[in-house]
Amino acid sequence: MSENILAVQSVDVRLSGRTILDQVSFDVAPGEFTGLIGSNGAGKTTLFRVILGLQSASAGDVLIAGRSRARGHQRVGFVPQKFLLDPDLPLRARDLVGLGLDAHRLGVPRPSRVRRALIEEMLEAVDAGRFADTRVGRLSGGEQQRILIAHALIARPRLLLLDEPLANLDLRSAHEVVALLAKITREQEIAVLISAHEINPLIGVMDRIVYLASGRAVSGTTDEVVRADVLSKLYGHHVDVLNVHGRVLIVAGAGEDTDLAGHEVAFPDTEIVS
Amino acid sequence: MSHFLTPVFAPGFFQSEAVHIALGVGTLVAIATGTVGVFTVMRGQSFAGEAFGDIGTTGGSGAFLVGVGPLWGFVVGNLLAAAAMETIGIQRTRGRDLATGIVLGASIGLAALFLYLTTTEQSTTGATVTILFGSAFAIAGSTVPLILLLSLLVLGLILVLYRPLLLATVSPEMAAARGIPVRTIGILYLLALALAAALAAITIGSILGTALLVGPAASALRLTKRPLIAMLTAAGMGIGAMWLGVVLAYDSYEWPPVGHGWPVSFFVVTLVLVLYLLSGLPARRHRRGSDDPYSASPTLHAVPESR
Repeated sequence: MSENILAVQSVDVRLSGRTILDQVSFDVAPGEFTGLIGSNGAGKTTLFRVILGLQSASAGDVLIAGRSRARGHQRVGFVPQKFLLDPDLPLRARDLVGLGLDAHRLGVPRPSRVRRALIEEMLEAVDAGRFADTRVGRLSGGEQQRILIAHALIARPRLLLLDEPLANLDLRSAHEVVALLAKITREQEIAVLISAHEINPLIGVMDRIVYLASGRAVSGTTDEVVRADVLSKLYGHHVDVLNVHGRVLIVAGAGEDTDLAGHEVAFPDTEIVS
Repeated sequence: MSHFLTPVFAPGFFQSEAVHIALGVGTLVAIATGTVGVFTVMRGQSFAGEAFGDIGTTGGSGAFLVGVGPLWGFVVGNLLAAAAMETIGIQRTRGRDLATGIVLGASIGLAALFLYLTTTEQSTTGATVTILFGSAFAIAGSTVPLILLLSLLVLGLILVLYRPLLLATVSPEMAAARGIPVRTIGILYLLALALAAALAAITIGSILGTALLVGPAASALRLTKRPLIAMLTAAGMGIGAMWLGVVLAYDSYEWPPVGHGWPVSFFVVTLVLVLYLLSGLPARRHRRGSDDPYSASPTLHAVPESR
């Protein structure tokens, strides 16, 4: 068995009496693309904070490359949720990428050919060369995501965590970002753990899925997890999984006593076919 | 000096020790405030600068009352204020403006009492004017070494903290994920801001200090998209405003009412305002052209932002 880059082992998080995460366990192997799917409030952000060492678990453990996590792990890159940069922020896209390289060091950055070449290479890798000299806050959502991904990747992590990177993107930008991430995973052997409340943009690229609902998780391949019986058990009530033109639709309460022809109540987390 | 410069530099300008001190202190303080100011504006914390102005007034007037140099009062007052701000978590929560407003009001009230006691004791209003509005010509030569030390300390702090502070300013979350001690960095930055505000207060007065702290920085940030260039530009603008202010104030002895110079602080603050207004001009033209390479609007090619 190859060593997992990330092992989440029976993690519990309780905050002021509320259970946020309940016995969450899953593994991420090197170079694997894992989707962390769940609605708002399912515990995705908390799980990321635990993996990053910013939130301590009430029970359980998180191992990164076989070792107990430490705050600010050099092997873990992170792209936070709902990132809105001030349009007037005096920072070019390339400067933010450069900060990914050495923000933990003191002093002002010393310009060097090596540093510039590394930044340039990373900008090319995320296809951001065209807007490298624009203020980051003035870029579109998709462009900002690319820059944030480059910022996280330039430190050469082995695991990249992205918290809802597709949330504010239009469908086309979302697909571009997903394709970019899939390419990086393949080419650079970097494991990706990406959270999303919609499963569909990720469905073709995920090696594994971790499905989170009210603090509990099931993980496996998409075929193992996205099934009516598995998700019904996780949610604690009956759900149906429908395939519509290659898209997955997860609907609640469409059991025997519910009229399917009537209006279905989709979970707020799932995408209704668009 | 050549006589044709006499209309600009009134006789005695280059011989006056007060002028030397004003120019030297102005330079040091402009460098320190310009450097910190860029982060203050980026972090949206000019309110903290204002708070230091109010509490500095109390510290400075208290210093006058007990008979020590006002700079000590500004420094001690601002450091206490910084500790209080950190305790109530002002950097993290912006919803504390009510409590802050009340405390600041009380602080100015205390300053009023201190200044009243001082003026009745010395039967002069000099202290009030010096504390509130400053006088670059009245800075004692003996405080210059302390001003130099504090300016270097502020400049050093900001340059040493530069990278982690910049990332923490852009996103505290991303900084924390990188293992940067965001809170410690924030406290050290607040310390630099407190000292810079004290330096601004001794130069142009506690009430007007914020102008020097955020004015040149805000102007510089309109002109460049690189923080380090913004710091250099802000320091340059601050030095320009200070020097021109000193020259004009010196010249104003010849203006009505003859024999009574106009306050340096008035000129400095006015020049800072002029710089701010002027710095908006290229930005406005720029907005029409747009900085965005994908903008569909026809581009009349705007002045490129300085690189």
